[in-house]
Amino acid sequence: MGIFRSGMSKTRQSFFGRIATLLGGSKIDDETWEDIETVLIQADVGVNTSQKIVEELRSRAGREGMRNTDQVQKALREVLMGMLKTPPVMNISGRDLSIILVVGVNGSGKTTSIGKLAYRLNLAGRKVMLAAGDTFRAAAIEQIQKWGERVNAPVVAGKAGSDPAAVVYDATAAAKARDYEILLVDTAGRLHTNFNLMGELAKIKAVCSRVIPDAPHEVLLVLDGTTGQNALEQAKRFQEVVDVTGVIVTKLDGSAKGGMVFSVFNDLKLPVQYVGLGEGMDNLVLFNPENFVLSLFDEN
Amino acid sequence: MFESLSQRLQATFDRLSNGGKLTENDVNTAMRDVRMALLEADVALPVVKDFVNRIKERAIGADITKSLKPGQQVVKIVHEELITTLGEPGRLNFSGSTKPYVIMLIGLQGSGKTTTAAKLAVYLRREGRQPFMIAADTYRPAAVDQLITLSKQIGVPYYEEGTRASPPDIVSRGLKAAKDANAAVCIIDTAGRLQIDDRLMEELEEIKRRANPAEILLVADAMTGQEAVNIAQGFNQRVGITGLILTKIDGDARGGAAISMRAVTNVPIKFLGTGEKIDGFEVFHPDRLADRILGMGDIMTLIEKAEAAYDEAEAEKLQKKLMENQFTLQDFLEQLQKIRRMGPISQIMNMIPGMSQLQMQNQMDQETVEKRIKRVEAIINSMTRTERNNPKILNASRKKRIASGSGVEVRDVNDLLKQFRQMQDMMGQIRKGRFPKIPGLPPNLFG
Repeated sequence: MGIFRSGMSKTRQSFFGRIATLLGGSKIDDETWEDIETVLIQADVGVNTSQKIVEELRSRAGREGMRNTDQVQKALREVLMGMLKTPPVMNISGRDLSIILVVGVNGSGKTTSIGKLAYRLNLAGRKVMLAAGDTFRAAAIEQIQKWGERVNAPVVAGKAGSDPAAVVYDATAAAKARDYEILLVDTAGRLHTNFNLMGELAKIKAVCSRVIPDAPHEVLLVLDGTTGQNALEQAKRFQEVVDVTGVIVTKLDGSAKGGMVFSVFNDLKLPVQYVGLGEGMDNLVLFNPENFVLSLFDEN
Repeated sequence: MFESLSQRLQATFDRLSNGGKLTENDVNTAMRDVRMALLEADVALPVVKDFVNRIKERAIGADITKSLKPGQQVVKIVHEELITTLGEPGRLNFSGSTKPYVIMLIGLQGSGKTTTAAKLAVYLRREGRQPFMIAADTYRPAAVDQLITLSKQIGVPYYEEGTRASPPDIVSRGLKAAKDANAAVCIIDTAGRLQIDDRLMEELEEIKRRANPAEILLVADAMTGQEAVNIAQGFNQRVGITGLILTKIDGDARGGAAISMRAVTNVPIKFLGTGEKIDGFEVFHPDRLADRILGMGDIMTLIEKAEAAYDEAEAEKLQKKLMENQFTLQDFLEQLQKIRRMGPISQIMNMIPGMSQLQMQNQMDQETVEKRIKRVEAIINSMTRTERNNPKILNASRKKRIASGSGVEVRDVNDLLKQFRQMQDMMGQIRKGRFPKIPGLPPNLFG
């Protein structure tokens, strides 16, 4: 958890460091609840979810006769942990070839996350191939090819502007023929509100199953950690269209608070699989809710 | 689901007394709604607090005009204050700078700097200024390739050195190249970076020192949440920004980040990025964004969406059919599908000013509307081609078949047919010129 903790330290300070300062060990009053709500809202937890959390805490405080803010802090930690879940083990074993489809809006960090994920899987001894499914954005193919070189994974690519579904079909066939275990499929960034591009994504997903009947085995949605309340709309729409199985939250190495981790899971039951904490190959870490919440409470 | 502010305030004021003036108590209650709406629109909390205080001062004791209800009055004040906060429509400012004028684009990873660089170049060329681009992102794999590809696509000269030299050195040599090429404006595309990354922020300062830019524009994602304040403040304190460009505004984010960033930097919003195509770029209009943040309906966006869903040829064909009384159930189905292509019905309805209020009055729930439309689609889908083109042949047994095929009662099929006949009658009247003149429509639209 070394990387995880060091990467999370800034978030930790701005989030729970503040709660600790605000609350100290003092008596509980109206301001206590207001402070907690403020910090939650500022962490992008969302105003509704924040109010729900505060309500729950308040009624617990009354029920359990809490006297000081230290007790409230402990309870808050428990409530927050209760809202998250350890991600299930990804469904990418027990067959010859598993396919992971990676989707998300523009600039969320899909290609970078694929590079880092390929690196992780390589380290775990898996044979990984990449599919350059973003044929639209200028030099997106070159970008994933450079990642392929960096992490030593072959990349199946077509021409810029060609049909992404065709590229994905070729890649699945190639991965199968060449005995690769995991195929990571990159896709072009698209806003969830764009009807035609979402339709294209459904088609790409369908193509995966033409070669491997039950594919894709995982559909990972990449969410930008600095996104606000729109993250939920994104997740909803992508879930509807391609049946998302998990989430990668990126750019959490800055001062962004990552409160969407709570709201996305709370409303959609989509588990966070990984967190992106920087631009290095090894800066993608498994999401661990307990450590996530605990490390947020570290005071140093 | 987001409730628009106007809707929410209406409900609040219905519970309150209707005096001639807004009392402090009325206003306080209303301010809770304003706060909630702004937070849901991703306006940052400290900015919301300031904003709410300003509104409160203006609202207490404000006279209620006859035409407005108290709720509407508050919405009006909020709207005006939002427009004031958002500022003037943006323009580039090159005064006090020498040619080639330099524009530096900076921002977080993935905010859209490189795409924006190309869009800005095309915009400048349309304005009659010769653009030039420098590829100074040596970090992200293939970022330089992306700028080269875009430059070639749009036919704008550029300077690059791959990824081996340092970005400030590339910029120095690039500026010389821009001068030699007689460029009027030179756009520098920098690498994405976190505002707390000390080393990379120093690099930006160095680039600024060497390039002496007329404009330093922060390119920011319209979907940004509470973090917007830290991002804008961070970049502004270190480098000093002169303006903002908000990207990905074509999604359904409310765009509250614009308010936050404006409020903490006080620099103007200059442009909006509206899609990945090169022409998806527009000058900023404060009123449109204010409407959107408030969820007051955004008729311009609705029109844009409609334009995206219908092409001209289709529209003409439809018009011809309407005029010749050949509009069939099949056409009706296609129209419904087109409307659905514009987005969820609830979202579309929210864009129509006043619609949300109307829905409240009629107790019309958006999900019900959505369900009804789906049912109509299902019914028409269960008809044969011949039936769709000539509903007169629908006898009892056909209706029964259609009902069971679409999982509804025969009565629902009859309802649809009745509605369709009414629609045809109405169109007949329009054709005969009995329809009131609709402002804005060309007079010859219906013959």
